[in-house]
Amino acid sequence: MKELLPQKQIDSFKAKAAAIAHPHELIVDQLRAIQLHHGWVPDDGVLLTAETLGVLPIEVEEVATFYDKIFRREVGKRVIHVCDSICCWSTGAEMITEHLMKTLGIGLGETTADGIFTLLPTCCLGACGDAPAMMIGFTTHGLLTTEKIDAILQRERAAVAAEV
Amino acid sequence: MNAYTQVLFKNRRPNETILLPEYEKNGGYQGLRAAMKMSPAEVCELVKGSGLRGRGGAGFPTGIKWSFFPADQPGDKYLVCNGDEMEPGTYKDRQLLLADPHQLVEGMAIAAYALQTQIGYIFLRYAYEDCFQRLERAIEEAVEAGYLGGNILGSGFDVELHVHGSAGRYILGEETSQLNGLEGRRPNPRSKPPFPAQRGLFGLPTNVNNVETLATVPHILTHGTAWFQDLALNPESAGTKLFGLSGHLNRTECFELPLGITLREVVEDFGGGVRGGKKFKACLPGGASTPYLNTDHLDVMMDFNPLEEVESRLGTAGVTVFDEDTCMVAVTRNLNQFFARESCGWCTPCRDGLSTISWLLDRIEFGQATNDDLAMLKDQVKNIKGRSFCALAEGAMGPVEALLRLYEDEIKDHIRKGCCPFN
Repeated sequence: MKELLPQKQIDSFKAKAAAIAHPHELIVDQLRAIQLHHGWVPDDGVLLTAETLGVLPIEVEEVATFYDKIFRREVGKRVIHVCDSICCWSTGAEMITEHLMKTLGIGLGETTADGIFTLLPTCCLGACGDAPAMMIGFTTHGLLTTEKIDAILQRERAAVAAEV
Repeated sequence: MNAYTQVLFKNRRPNETILLPEYEKNGGYQGLRAAMKMSPAEVCELVKGSGLRGRGGAGFPTGIKWSFFPADQPGDKYLVCNGDEMEPGTYKDRQLLLADPHQLVEGMAIAAYALQTQIGYIFLRYAYEDCFQRLERAIEEAVEAGYLGGNILGSGFDVELHVHGSAGRYILGEETSQLNGLEGRRPNPRSKPPFPAQRGLFGLPTNVNNVETLATVPHILTHGTAWFQDLALNPESAGTKLFGLSGHLNRTECFELPLGITLREVVEDFGGGVRGGKKFKACLPGGASTPYLNTDHLDVMMDFNPLEEVESRLGTAGVTVFDEDTCMVAVTRNLNQFFARESCGWCTPCRDGLSTISWLLDRIEFGQATNDDLAMLKDQVKNIKGRSFCALAEGAMGPVEALLRLYEDEIKDHIRKGCCPFN
């Protein structure tokens, strides 16, 4: 199984947890770190976080399942968050989403057969002046058109190919 | 183009972030130096006297909020900056942090001194990784220069700041949910009282303010209360405000404008008018939870009290404009779907009520509704309003109530025709 988090980072979280009065405050940080390294947070990631911070697994799980940017199921190498909130909706988000679904051949909440893209609807990305918008990783792409989306997907595919 | 005094955006340049030397050169950290020559109570009084009202949406007077805080109580206390900013239509804090993050750092150092808190957290939403990095750099610069850390500016006062990256969910903008989120607990809202000023983060007194509010504080310390009050066009108000424009406008940018400017000026002069040469129909004046304004309101002052007088709110001043071809049932349906999806599920009026409203708006929009559905929609609004655990459902009712008040004819049109008349 792919490593959940490098040992150096686990040790760092352990040291931080030991030094503070409320180690629970590191739960989101460690879940985010696992996701950044592993791509998503499997059950073992929840257990690892609990063990590292000295808290109960259920306390980690109830946090992990609350947030929509913590993935408790396997996702593709690139998660596309496409905004459907009012500013994006009023400037063509439905058309943008349809184009993404058609181009990728998947519905919302699904992952492409090659495991590269997962498409998720999302609430406002804070890019309302650049609507319609989507986010891949931590990068926000605004003023989307179908041509712009095609170019972005092509770049991301190439980047994933270069990572292998 | 913007002839109004720029305060928060005075250093802003496209795609650049101001670093410490330039911030200092342009008067940065003079507010902190001025604060350190005053007693903490004097700083609180100055902020109270300035008339600054919270810029996060609620508009509560900042100085009064600070005066509730037990600054003289011994022991740990916390300062929290709310940078969750997940209300659709609102992107002003991101613009501020990307352009000039030291304003927030300086504002937090001043607030920490005034409130005698030695630990501050900046709570940022997941999507704002770009702001996260800039803030971390600004904090490092400030520590090195002696504006943060131990014995700041030789005053004997210590303050440290931490940035917390969240993981997505609108409810985290509610201050007590945010405190649970910072503690690493499931972020449902907490019951009030006790209020955070008495029992907040880790059970200790905590003051929570918005990014824009805290970033405004240094300027008040530097230039004084009279200067701050004169910035507003409305003589009953004070200061400038960041307006984030979006929707069907020719220019959808973030502008710093004086409070009291009219909606017409915002839409026509700054937004460049409605795109495609179409007519203005309606807008959300301050984010997704604020009741609509229509053509009757174009000359209203964009400010806290004038907007309440026309049954709306300034909120975050995220102005989303809709053109004459827009179906307001469809707009309200989209807004309500957002709130229903983002409900934390803690209380029944919010969890079940917003879903029921979504179902009713679907029926109306898709031509399946009867007059009984309209009656039920009105009934549901009454049942939800004032009965939810926190303000999320209350805010969600803003646009729905405004739809019923301003656009009931459109609802009836959908029912009569059995379809959306705008399609």
